[in-house]
Amino acid sequence: MLLKTFLFVATSLTAASQATAPAGPGGDIAKGKAVFERTGCWQCHGRQGQGGREGPRIASPVPMNWERLSTFVRTTRGDMPPYTEKVLSNQELADLFAYLRSIPPAPDFKTIPLLNEMMTVR
Amino acid sequence: MARKHDRAAVSRRKFLAGIAMTGVAASATSATGPEQAAAPGTLPGRPGSDFMVDVLKSLEIDFVFTNPASSCRGIHESIVTYGGNKRPELITCMHEESAVAMTHGYYKVAGKPAAALCHGTVGLQHAAMAVYNAWCDRAASIVLVGNRMDAATRQPGVPTIHAVQDPGSLVRDFTKWDDNPQSLPHFAESMVRAYKVTMTPPLEPVLMVLEEKLQEDAIESGRRPLVVPKLTKVAPPAGDPNAVREAARLLAMADNPVIVVDRVGRTAAGVKHLVELAESLNAPVIDQLGRMNMPNTHHLYQVGGSRLIEQADVILGLELTDFWGTVNSSDDSVEMAQAYRPKAGAKLISIGMGDLYIRANYQDFERYQQVDLAIGADAETTLPMLTEYIKQAIPADRRAKIAERGERARKNHAQARQSILAQAAANAWDASPVSAARLSAEIWQQIKNENWALVSRDSSLSNWPHRLWTFAHHHQFIGGPGGAGIGYGLPAAVGAAFAHREADKRLCINLQNDGDAMYAPGALWTAAHHNVPMLTIMWNNRAYHQEIMHLQRMANWRQRGIENPHIGTTIWDPYIDYAKMAQSLGVVGIGPITDPKDLAAALKRGVDAVKMGEPVLIDVVTQPR
Repeated sequence: MLLKTFLFVATSLTAASQATAPAGPGGDIAKGKAVFERTGCWQCHGRQGQGGREGPRIASPVPMNWERLSTFVRTTRGDMPPYTEKVLSNQELADLFAYLRSIPPAPDFKTIPLLNEMMTVR
Repeated sequence: MARKHDRAAVSRRKFLAGIAMTGVAASATSATGPEQAAAPGTLPGRPGSDFMVDVLKSLEIDFVFTNPASSCRGIHESIVTYGGNKRPELITCMHEESAVAMTHGYYKVAGKPAAALCHGTVGLQHAAMAVYNAWCDRAASIVLVGNRMDAATRQPGVPTIHAVQDPGSLVRDFTKWDDNPQSLPHFAESMVRAYKVTMTPPLEPVLMVLEEKLQEDAIESGRRPLVVPKLTKVAPPAGDPNAVREAARLLAMADNPVIVVDRVGRTAAGVKHLVELAESLNAPVIDQLGRMNMPNTHHLYQVGGSRLIEQADVILGLELTDFWGTVNSSDDSVEMAQAYRPKAGAKLISIGMGDLYIRANYQDFERYQQVDLAIGADAETTLPMLTEYIKQAIPADRRAKIAERGERARKNHAQARQSILAQAAANAWDASPVSAARLSAEIWQQIKNENWALVSRDSSLSNWPHRLWTFAHHHQFIGGPGGAGIGYGLPAAVGAAFAHREADKRLCINLQNDGDAMYAPGALWTAAHHNVPMLTIMWNNRAYHQEIMHLQRMANWRQRGIENPHIGTTIWDPYIDYAKMAQSLGVVGIGPITDPKDLAAALKRGVDAVKMGEPVLIDVVTQPR
């Protein structure tokens, strides 16, 4: 069978800047977390924005700067549906961005014995 | 054999001596015995269903998975009494869909069919989705259905409601063959044919009606001896040599050949042949995971690989269900954007049975993809010829280039390992609910030194097991449901575990979706009742998660509120306690586990119990995917 993958979204996001994203317009982390839960971001991107089969990683680091993210979310035409201002206000989007930026960076796998062992014993 | 009972070995040849010779070995003898005087109120002579059991034994059908049905009472009694309930053994199932799904999973490990037994009407209606899954998954299965056509000898009421003129019509669109034998000689011929048909590529389910009168009436004496015909297995077709030689020429001259596989690993030989083919070209193999096709530690192994498709100049598709979807992108968006992905001039070659056998109604044949060379043949059978022709077709001045391609693949494979482990660490490693990567890594830690086999797919875990574990042997992976019909997972895993138990007492791991489990939780009872050890790990994301995403997309398209997709798609309020459910069904239940730090101890406890022969369920509350 062919595994359905949402390639367009993955390509779009990972092609964007991987560098440290510049700060957004100011947002509330706690409110952003609530937006993340309420509007269903977690469904494809995981509850910590870690990504999965259906959607790419969107946290730690956030793969887009504020300008690119805010444009992308409003205008995406791929497997990820658009979130217009009608359903997600600019302030909510800013809060969301703040929340995603607050998620701690991933640990180095070499610091996790379970994973580090897999590098050598396979 | 049911729980706590001995599982004594039985010699079928001994059993059949003097009754009927095995069809596999030879031909005929009489199944009729001397006439017996019947006491009042009893049936005279030997019933026809005894001979039916002889036929099943001759075909070495080991298990008959059934939910009991009055229209099958004749053969049911013959299996458990006349046949001693050994090879075939009757397996008690709690739903006909589960019974067929168990044959489906069983076939993919045992490499031979089991039978499912049910009513020709309501039972088959229940079973239909599982038959469709087996059909889409190219799996062998023999569905036996009881029916009584003679209205004059049929009980009124329910038995008549449960009778039908043409039982096979319900599933004829997605079975390869069916028959409704009207005599025991007819039954013997058709059963042997059914076995032959279901096991001939493309492997598909078949259906056989067991006429109730034929089961229950005495075998007529004085007639010609009943014969079990010889079973001659069909050698699958290899590709036309000229066409295979042309494919070899295209592949040998390609700069970036890519091999895409779905169900090449029909047997263990398919894995071996695929590795040889890939190594002859040093071409990457994109595995769509329909079967265990290629060891995932091989440097040419790939899951995914859209970039490879775009860069390829020759794409070889082997037993693909969906060649169109392999080479085209298709967004689930309002615009439904579609794009052909290969570069201009890229050649497409298909080898598979799909072009040789197709039906009209159900759309499992997928969209039509034009290719440059279509070889209608069994890929597994064709691969040795193709590999040999490739070796002959590679000019001396290209060998160095092909060797370089292999070296690059080795380097990329080593780098990819590091990248995968970094991604695992970044996959919400310490999060609660538990992430797919964390769960997969923790399971691997407990099974890596065991004789293990995965009896489920791993797509709901974003294929993390395929990224982290070492899949080396054909029996270690069986693909998915084929038709994506929910309710396959748990019973198919139990069926596969039956086969693993018989083969080598392998440690079976079932990564079980929570929504799927609730279609057929009774399969757990079947595992407990029949002593089938298996470690079920519940991927409990508390939702029909795929549907949440569909609802979210629909809501976003309509832009009138995006906060309701959980309605009708989630399994909240109340949460299901799967450990307690398992315990109530006779299975060791552990959990719910919400903290990843608790996983190691729970998994160790589970593995230890399975190694002691117990079925175990560990409920792990998880991330969505």
